[in-house]
Amino acid sequence: MTGGHSLSDTSFTFPSLEQCIRVLTLEDYNTRVVVLGVMALGAAGGLIGTFLLLRKRALTADALSHATLPGIAIAFMVMVAFGGEGKSLVGLLIGAFIFGCIGILFILAIRHTTRLKDDAAIGIVLSVFFGLGLCLLRIASEFPSGSASGLGGFIFGKAAAMVASDAIVMASVAIVVLIATCALCKEFTLLCFDEQFSSVQGWSVLWLDVLLMGLVAVVTVVALQSVGLVLAVAMLIIPAASAKYWTRRISTMLFVAAVIGCLSGWLGAVVSALVPRMPTGPIIVLLCGFWFVISFIFGSNEGLLIRQLSRWNLNRRIERQHILRAVWEACEQHTGTEFELDEVVRLRSWSVRTVQRLLRKSVSLGFVVRKSHATWRMTEKGGIEAGRVARNHRLWEIYLINYADIAPTHVDRDADMIEHVLGIEMVEKLEQLLLAGISPKSPHPIGATT
Amino acid sequence: MPQTKTEGEHSSESPVSVHDLTVAYHRKPVLWDVDLDFPKGKLIAIIGPNGAGKSTLIKAVMDIVPKASGRVMIYGKPFKRQRKIVAYVPQRESVDWDFPIDALGVVMMGRYGTIGWCKPLRRRDREKALDALDRVGMADYAKRQISQLSGGQQQRVFLARALAQESQIYFMDEPFASVDAATERAIVQVLADLRSAGKTIIVVHHDLQTVREYFDHVILLNMRVVAHGSVEEVFTQENLKKTYGGRLTLLSEATDRLARQGLTL
Repeated sequence: MTGGHSLSDTSFTFPSLEQCIRVLTLEDYNTRVVVLGVMALGAAGGLIGTFLLLRKRALTADALSHATLPGIAIAFMVMVAFGGEGKSLVGLLIGAFIFGCIGILFILAIRHTTRLKDDAAIGIVLSVFFGLGLCLLRIASEFPSGSASGLGGFIFGKAAAMVASDAIVMASVAIVVLIATCALCKEFTLLCFDEQFSSVQGWSVLWLDVLLMGLVAVVTVVALQSVGLVLAVAMLIIPAASAKYWTRRISTMLFVAAVIGCLSGWLGAVVSALVPRMPTGPIIVLLCGFWFVISFIFGSNEGLLIRQLSRWNLNRRIERQHILRAVWEACEQHTGTEFELDEVVRLRSWSVRTVQRLLRKSVSLGFVVRKSHATWRMTEKGGIEAGRVARNHRLWEIYLINYADIAPTHVDRDADMIEHVLGIEMVEKLEQLLLAGISPKSPHPIGATT
Repeated sequence: MPQTKTEGEHSSESPVSVHDLTVAYHRKPVLWDVDLDFPKGKLIAIIGPNGAGKSTLIKAVMDIVPKASGRVMIYGKPFKRQRKIVAYVPQRESVDWDFPIDALGVVMMGRYGTIGWCKPLRRRDREKALDALDRVGMADYAKRQISQLSGGQQQRVFLARALAQESQIYFMDEPFASVDAATERAIVQVLADLRSAGKTIIVVHHDLQTVREYFDHVILLNMRVVAHGSVEEVFTQENLKKTYGGRLTLLSEATDRLARQGLTL
């Protein structure tokens, strides 16, 4: 877009500061058009993509975008046949829209009339329509009048060729999608969550699906020009999928997806304006992917890091409770607060080193103190905590034995895992239910489980 | 048994009257000539073996699955015109609970029907939804994301959503399926409350042990209506044997054979 580079120029030059400022402040008319257009597209894709993802129809959109190709070729041929040059963007996009919808209808027909599942139907429609499109493009390029050379641009996108009217189309589509998602937010939410309930309440599942897929088709068709039909689906799926890692509310998810789509569009356009010969469409998709990776790792809702951290925390808590319970059981055997390392080792299947490590940790938490080389003593604080842990554990064991028909020898293992997951509420219920506050004896001989 | 009524005997006073209903999946009928009136203001159980068409019956009544023949009247009018007085509790497994919405959000869906297209939720709807959550003992979980609820709690959220619909007729598809004791008690309490408010409650039920305790009226179903009437009269060993003993061998064989030939009865 910056111009001035010949195709044979293979050197890579970092853009100058002045260049960066020019692009970032949208001084160039061309940059301005592209940036605004793809930002609007990104926002629209994020919004409608969120519902598409929740409806579990992400791949249907991929089939839709591939199915547009024959539409483009046929629209070109029709326009040439009527004496035009075949270059009218609106005409081409109408053709694309029609064929995208035909593709969806074929998927629906295959799903409802055969026993094939969705994935097969999507695969068939996607490949057959795309193949047909490529053949028709070849035929179109042989047309004596008109020039089909630009049509190939729809496959991979050619954002640099955008003009002001294209950006206006994109912005209008974004506004339509925004209005539609605001107005139909509750209907689409119901459709995606529980279509049976939606039909009982009088919302036709068919018409809501038609509306949703219609909006998806419009966004896809508009995306053809900038990111191309092969990659258009990325603008719908990736921002929405990334947004899922940041929130548990659909309204926030819509907002986050729109912002991620917008950001990817903006950065993509800026990068391709600054770096020569970088295709805008793929750059935007790569940036979407970048945001996805960031969300997937750092996301506050089930992100990799958060999940791993909470797993570590849980493991640490389980270990701490295990050692406290072992200490409690050791002390219980000779009714005192002092115990020896060997006693604890005998009670559990841990190595001496593990027990030493866990005991050291308990010392730092103030639960036990070391008296001599091999003897330790439980502190008052440790006694309270260990008593609580042992009691919870035994309550749960008794609950399982009484209510869940599990043989007593198999109980300890299950109980070990579940007691740490049980909250205070459940423990209180168990207390009332079973024992009215009396600390029970372990239902199997202590130490027998190792 | 009074299931052989003719057309004229159906009453428009009945909350749900089913006229000669037949439903087929993939050319294979799963319900045959079901013809009955549900009594008003009763707790009604639909019981029968797996594959007997219990869920299909209530889904056909609510136009979720298409009917092969027959029709259904809700207080003498077709279902389409009576949506507002019918509430539905689907099976818990029918939805994906990993959905970005909280318990209150799900219950609020019960209000969508009365709000109408494109209009936002009002404060009144929110209060009704909160009230419904309270009635099933889930008020403290209103802001909890639904995937973090236990199975029984999810079931109670579904029940609360139906309560928020404020209907006359309640259809529930196996609400007691694999729920904890607390949930079972909460549901029983809600059912009793609904009945004393004069509502009609129709429950697909699978636990024969609790039929006598929970319900007034029972429909024994196995592709056709084996018997229906009050629990004392109809819930007998003999009728249960007719319903569960051998899956109506002759009828299902005939169906299979016809389906193979691409025909229906």
